[in-house]
Amino acid sequence: MTSRNSVTFNHNPLLERGLQGWRARTVLGLMLLGSLVLVARAAWLQGVNHDMLKAEGEQRYARVVPVPATRGRITDRHGDVLAVSSPVRAIWASPRELRLMPADARRLAALLNMDVEALNRQITSERDRVYLQRQVSPEVARRIAELGLPGVHQDPAYRRFYPGGEMSAHLLGFTNIDERGIDGIELAYDEVLRGEPGARRVIRDNRGQIIEDVELLRAPRDGQDVTLSVDNQIQFVAYSALRQAIRENAAAAGSVVVLDVRSGEVLALVNAPTYNPNNRAGLSGAQLRNRALTDVYEPGSTMKPFIGALAIEAGRVTPDTIVETDPGRMNIGRATISDVRRHGMLSVAEVIQKSSNVGTVKIAMQFQPREMWSLFDRLGFGRPLQVTFPGNAGGVLRAADSWKPIEQATMAYGHGISTTLMHMARAYLAFARDGELLPISLTRQEVAPRPVGQVFSPQTARAMRTILETAAGPDGTGPQARVAGYRVAGKTGTAHKLEGGRYTDKYVSSFVGFAPASDPRIVVAVMIDEPTAGKHFGGAVAAPVFARVTEGALRALGVAPDAPLVPLHLAGRRPPQEQM
Amino acid sequence: MTRLGTMLVAAAVASALGVVAAQHQSRKLHAEYEREQARAHQLEVEWGQLQLEQSTWASPVRIEAVARERLGLTEPEPGRILAVGGDS
Repeated sequence: MTSRNSVTFNHNPLLERGLQGWRARTVLGLMLLGSLVLVARAAWLQGVNHDMLKAEGEQRYARVVPVPATRGRITDRHGDVLAVSSPVRAIWASPRELRLMPADARRLAALLNMDVEALNRQITSERDRVYLQRQVSPEVARRIAELGLPGVHQDPAYRRFYPGGEMSAHLLGFTNIDERGIDGIELAYDEVLRGEPGARRVIRDNRGQIIEDVELLRAPRDGQDVTLSVDNQIQFVAYSALRQAIRENAAAAGSVVVLDVRSGEVLALVNAPTYNPNNRAGLSGAQLRNRALTDVYEPGSTMKPFIGALAIEAGRVTPDTIVETDPGRMNIGRATISDVRRHGMLSVAEVIQKSSNVGTVKIAMQFQPREMWSLFDRLGFGRPLQVTFPGNAGGVLRAADSWKPIEQATMAYGHGISTTLMHMARAYLAFARDGELLPISLTRQEVAPRPVGQVFSPQTARAMRTILETAAGPDGTGPQARVAGYRVAGKTGTAHKLEGGRYTDKYVSSFVGFAPASDPRIVVAVMIDEPTAGKHFGGAVAAPVFARVTEGALRALGVAPDAPLVPLHLAGRRPPQEQM
Repeated sequence: MTRLGTMLVAAAVASALGVVAAQHQSRKLHAEYEREQARAHQLEVEWGQLQLEQSTWASPVRIEAVARERLGLTEPEPGRILAVGGDS
């Protein structure tokens, strides 16, 4: 067995031969080379190719997020706020990380004022980001944050508030949820009011939460404020007077416009029916329309003073020229024009004062259609007003060569021609301002604008002022327009409504006038659509509104009385019958 | 020669330290500026909220209600108004 044991491992001849030195050096060299390559690669990445990697990395966690800018405020002429943006929170959830216990879901739904099932439906969505509610008050948002629910986040946002509520709704319009103007001034001046959102770079974690604010790339530029020409106090007086008249007369709609005679600024513009801009659920088109600017109506007798002034201006008549109105009706072609009652012989002044259709038509028919068309055109009828407001209408004034005699006759007393209440108010500036017209403005003007066009001579305008004062006097058609302490002048209008090409027994009652008559400061135009509570004459329906608005507006403007302050004994006296 | 070298080195070091200090200062000021701007914005927002509150309190509807109901005021009868001043 010993011979078998002769192999000994410590004498392996292979092992006895020493390793060649180059092998060890080669391995060492290769290892060194490998580490050199790594160092070079690291140096390349760290030093030379650094920017690309940094950009790649940033793409994964850095984000540029917008910084919301505030929308400008809308104020009245004295700086009282009519529309302002206030911070709210947008509550959103990321369904992936949301783990809502039923009790938490109930509490969250209660705070958001929504149904638990609706909430559950929303958060089972596949999207990364689901808005639960966009405009949550800071108070509620704070309580939601206190719940500490994972996956429920908040973003800052703004919401538009209208402290005046329904009073100025039509004038201001409103914005959508992203604070873009949708209607009214909000739309017309959207460019000015709208801010420019800024941008900031932030670092977000993998769940989209902002963990670090790196830098502000661009500061937000807040929107500019817009100062309107309206006076909030006059606006309120007009609104409450109109609302009362709509109620008392069971009318379908109505508008009031107050203009500053010196500057052409709109001091008040109200419409009914209206709506609350802070809560726009369930709105109808009828509530939304700014009738005074966008709806046309046939003005009726408020047109007559222009015909009278045209005749006086042309020298065809003087205010004392006698016109025969008997027997209270006249035929033009096959049509008959009639007065409500017989007046007999009337002077031109009395034709306006008593609102005789026959008398007005007789005066008007002395003119060519072209001459009347030119008058209406110079007064601005048939063309949209130069005012920045969405949807402002122009009305209808057909070319003179297409007028038939009966049409010329009816246009003289305001039928067959349609216009907006704002046009009518502006046209009366010609009487209130010694014959000139002014451009209308919805924003406050620092300097009075230049008059546009002299429609009548100062003498004619003054003569017509005197006539219109008698029309609003005890023997005119609008004695209820009178105001204690001030002399007022104006004209009533009662127009049949045109429906489907036929005149119906529905009416539009209106009154347009100005005060104080000695030195006019304001023009007030009132229009009541479809009064159904028995009265329909402008003198009974619209004139009392004119009186209330005028009294309140003159007081708000601090205009000195031009008449003795004695009570008007109106009670118990029937207003005289009035014509169309 | 060595003295000039030493001086130059010292100047370079001092300038480098100055750059560091200036950069630090500028960052601090920038941060402060941004803070103040944020504060200005915050105050602007607050001003808007206060204006909103003021116009809610001062709304003509509320004033009229308070005047008539709480204070028992009425509009003066025309006969009881006396106009002073003015030449009309």
